[in-house]
Amino acid sequence: MSTVQEHTLPLKQDATRSSVRSRLTPTVIVYVALVALLVIGSVLVGLRGEVLLDQGGILNILTRATALGLVAIGQTMVILTGSLDLSVAYLVGLTSLIAAQTMAGRDGMVVPGVLLALAVAAGVGLVNGLVITVLKANAFIATLGVALILRGYLENNYTGPTGDVPRGFQHLGYDRIGPVPVAALLMLAAAALSWWYLSRTRPGYHMYAVGGDIEVARLSGVPTRRVIVTAHVLCSVAAGLTGIYLASRLGSGAPYVGTDAGYDLESIAAVVLGGTLLAGGRGGVIGTIGGVLILATLDTIFDALEVDPFFKDVVRGVVLVTAVALYARRMIGNRARGRLT
Amino acid sequence: MTWRPRLAEGTAPVLVVLLLLLIGLAITGPAYAEPSGYLALLKRAAPLMILAIGQYFVIVSGGFDLSVGALVTAGVVIAARLINGEESATAGVILLVLGFGLLVGLINGLVTTKLLVPSFIVTLGMLLVLDGAIFLWTGGAPRGALSTGFRTFGRGTLDVPVLGEVPWSVLILLAILVAAALFMRGGTGRALVAVGDNEAAVRLSGGQVHRLRMLAFILSGLLAAVAAILLGGFAGVSAQVGNGLEFRAITAVVLGGVLLGGGRGSVVAAAAGALSLEALFALLNLLGVSGALESAVQGVIIIAAVAYASLGSGARQRLRWWPKQRSSAQPTQPASS
Amino acid sequence: MTPGTTTSVRLTGITKSFLRVPVLRGVDLELRGGEVHAVMGENGAGKSTLLKVLAGVHRPDGGTIEVDGAEVSFASPTDAQRAGIAIIHQEFSLLPHRTVAENVYLGREPVRRMQVDRRRMVADTRELLDWLGEDGIDPNDTVSSLSVAQRQVVEIVKALSTNARVLGMDEPTAALADHEVELLYDLVRRLRERGIAILYVSHRMREVFDLSDRITVLKDGQFVTCAPTSELTSEDLVRHMVGRDLGEYYPDRAVPDELGPVRLALRGAGNDRLRDLNLEVRAGEIVGLAGLQGSGRSAVARAVFGVEPFTRGLLELDGVAQRVTRPRTAVRNGIALVTEDRKGDGLALRQSVRDNTLLVRRAALRGARSRATSDVAALLDLVTVVARGEHQEVRFLSGGNQQKVVLAKWLAVEPRVLVVDEPTRGIDVGAKRAVHELLRDLARRGVAVLMISSELPELIGMSDRILVMHDGALAGELPAGASEGAVMALATGHGIGEVA
Repeated sequence: MSTVQEHTLPLKQDATRSSVRSRLTPTVIVYVALVALLVIGSVLVGLRGEVLLDQGGILNILTRATALGLVAIGQTMVILTGSLDLSVAYLVGLTSLIAAQTMAGRDGMVVPGVLLALAVAAGVGLVNGLVITVLKANAFIATLGVALILRGYLENNYTGPTGDVPRGFQHLGYDRIGPVPVAALLMLAAAALSWWYLSRTRPGYHMYAVGGDIEVARLSGVPTRRVIVTAHVLCSVAAGLTGIYLASRLGSGAPYVGTDAGYDLESIAAVVLGGTLLAGGRGGVIGTIGGVLILATLDTIFDALEVDPFFKDVVRGVVLVTAVALYARRMIGNRARGRLT
Repeated sequence: MTWRPRLAEGTAPVLVVLLLLLIGLAITGPAYAEPSGYLALLKRAAPLMILAIGQYFVIVSGGFDLSVGALVTAGVVIAARLINGEESATAGVILLVLGFGLLVGLINGLVTTKLLVPSFIVTLGMLLVLDGAIFLWTGGAPRGALSTGFRTFGRGTLDVPVLGEVPWSVLILLAILVAAALFMRGGTGRALVAVGDNEAAVRLSGGQVHRLRMLAFILSGLLAAVAAILLGGFAGVSAQVGNGLEFRAITAVVLGGVLLGGGRGSVVAAAAGALSLEALFALLNLLGVSGALESAVQGVIIIAAVAYASLGSGARQRLRWWPKQRSSAQPTQPASS
Repeated sequence: MTPGTTTSVRLTGITKSFLRVPVLRGVDLELRGGEVHAVMGENGAGKSTLLKVLAGVHRPDGGTIEVDGAEVSFASPTDAQRAGIAIIHQEFSLLPHRTVAENVYLGREPVRRMQVDRRRMVADTRELLDWLGEDGIDPNDTVSSLSVAQRQVVEIVKALSTNARVLGMDEPTAALADHEVELLYDLVRRLRERGIAILYVSHRMREVFDLSDRITVLKDGQFVTCAPTSELTSEDLVRHMVGRDLGEYYPDRAVPDELGPVRLALRGAGNDRLRDLNLEVRAGEIVGLAGLQGSGRSAVARAVFGVEPFTRGLLELDGVAQRVTRPRTAVRNGIALVTEDRKGDGLALRQSVRDNTLLVRRAALRGARSRATSDVAALLDLVTVVARGEHQEVRFLSGGNQQKVVLAKWLAVEPRVLVVDEPTRGIDVGAKRAVHELLRDLARRGVAVLMISSELPELIGMSDRILVMHDGALAGELPAGASEGAVMALATGHGIGEVA
């Protein structure tokens, strides 16, 4: 702090400059990048005589975005709070199994199946949160540990797809309005709800506060433990919703549906790509959805261009690092003058 | 102020755990009545221990390296494809794999230090890139085969005077461990820990923070390549050989009492953490616990280890405060509960 | 919202121990609405602990707290807030990415129909800012866009928004530039006029005399005296704080034949913060660098050390021009910098005394010199560090001992030029003495010392010559023993013509 003191004059000039800069938040950059990507993609696909954003294309992008989007919404909350959740991928698999097995093909069991899956998810989130707040384990290790426990359970009890989702419930996965899948709308509704929660309610405010500086939050009377636990419960519930959605699409539960898609690291990537600080305290769901849409659009473009699927991973990695480097550069530009080193 | 040898803080618990596990093995497994049993355990543990040593350098300097698992896979797949059974290609390919590990570490380090991207993200990106690139190159499934010479390091033994037949991998491991321990006692090693503790202090003491952090990533990449060579020989060629190894290595390092975020911990303890994990798996195996539950036990253990480390000192303090705490009607910080 | 009534607080016989070490042993304090009550004492006297007891952060082991005559007991800061007591901590407690209003109401956000009532939050914050006459701050500004002084105003608003009648301030000027300090004085006086009781913890003598109505002195956790400020002199205060007549003793200055050749010279040096600097520091000499905060004193230190290097002019070491563009080059050329923030960038706190002592040697040197370790004990003896052993982590040392370790790490590389920025900030009187003697001792051994300090008595007492900075340039030079008035005249921009 004391190193800032010699910069009182330049700070004023900074203020005017940063007002221009502040309009170019990471969230804005993400959506600008998304539009640019759609335009470039359309041109490239257009060169092959096809259309990127026809009904099928839109459907494709949104379907890809739905599952990852749901997980990433939850991940956004924990990352904003200064935490992290590496257990979501196994939890997605577990909840898909719980939902499908409980339903067991009976329409009457749909609601109990969904509720049971969500309850288990919330329980796992509670464990994550308590291990972090009560046992004071680092979030990385705590959720990695819980992930390993879930994995052990899955490996020990399941070998492949199990359970049966009634036909009626499969509508959730496949129905659409025009080119827009119903599930994608539900995902966006969840995103909107999370946005409201984070930016309009007290617990949401407190998540930013805890992620920004947990000591400051605690001294200001924020119930920090409760906030962290809540974030983890909500994150796990979001993973549970993903599991239920995937069960409805697959028609059964699958133990590794979450890990095969790499939802743990992928969701963190989407959140960070969306401009949320990995250290917490800054960012939001809107950016995350932008990040998810960018990843989904990339996939769709590559499919349309018939690019080798493995190439996608390479591009993803590069895009992720580039984006974060870009955000870091902006933050440093804002801070550099205040720092000694 | 006299100098006396001592254990770095956080080292003692892992050594106790390791000792208990080894005693457990001796009791349950007849194979562990002889030194050869332990030698076999050490041979099996060598790749993970080497990975943990590499991961230690990165963690203690304040970072993460999530790319080592993918790097191990890449090393094995590249070696298999390039050697393709040709004995004569062995030496060249080994150098190439080591060089590749070094290069990946260098890129991780450069992006982390120059572009100021958190290492978690950089190495996550590297993981994606490596996974994609390797399969892009091999067309989806590993091709080719390793030569006998290459596999010697992973499965062969060397006749050592006095000790008899000692696996190559154990010798390599010991050499690396000794080198790492000496390195960490030297000036550069201490400076590396100081970087994890307070980067600014090191920079203003004339240290080259970027170079030190880069060195950590390069060592991690290089050691991951060594682990790949051992694993390729030991376990054979597969596209899954490195799966999850990054998390296992991080687990081992944390189990060794090294602080995530840097600034504290010893490299020997990190290696001991890795050996403890392998000993635990061996013990579970002997006890007939299903392999599937291995990871669950691993999960419980690391949570317990970290909780012990972070609660340990606090709990001891609370016990000392107990009489005073009881006299106060309310807890001091209801706000944070 | 705006507070109206006055409150009085009485602390009687407060005791508090940490891990069985008594920090407060029976402290009495009485605080009235509309007064600024200063608490003074050496480091470790218990000032901050007393403040935290009052704020409900720590529970006292014994003694009573009365608010308006009624005995109270605080289980948490929230309890103290409810009783109208709030404190502003030494470290800022704001979230940089959030807005002013969000920070002010953090943890107490007003809720209306399930949502945070942002409109009310902003309006109430604005009202408080207006009440303080601080209309330059918008409640919707992000804190990171505010100056340090403005952030402090936000801290105060945050405290007032709890309807605080009693405000504790712990070293509030520590992070402020000089003109910002004036603004803070104004603010404190306005708060006093509005009937707020202010408990002002500081160890800056001048501030306390400028601002306070009464002064309570603590020593070793015990109450020493309480008297109206007008009845005390600074000598009285020092005597009370130290418990003996310490006066202001400084080591003897250099005599002319102790001065050697010019070690460090700047010739027309400058960068975007500094203009046309010409100065020389000789071997054996301590040159003081005075100036208001923001005048560029620390910028000179950083430029000489290559953190923010000179872009114009020459920097000569022992008569040879050198390009020092980063700390590493500086260290290798025999320049050392003791920074003003010893915890932030001086020490690796979790490492041992030994590792910190060897830090520079290992980090910056090469070959056999970087590996030498045999003289660590001698170095630590030289700087008189008191520690449980070489392997104790430095975070467990007192501020004074930490600063000595910082000096030891530089002595380990035998610098030719030593730049010290606020070398005695936040350390107790005894350690201060030791640091002063050490600096003089180093000068005698042929080191050229450039010393920056905000404490004018220290600067004047230590320096063989004093250079005064103003607005990024040298305003003039004064001989040893110059008066504070002469230094201030140059520092504030008066009398530049006379000297230059």
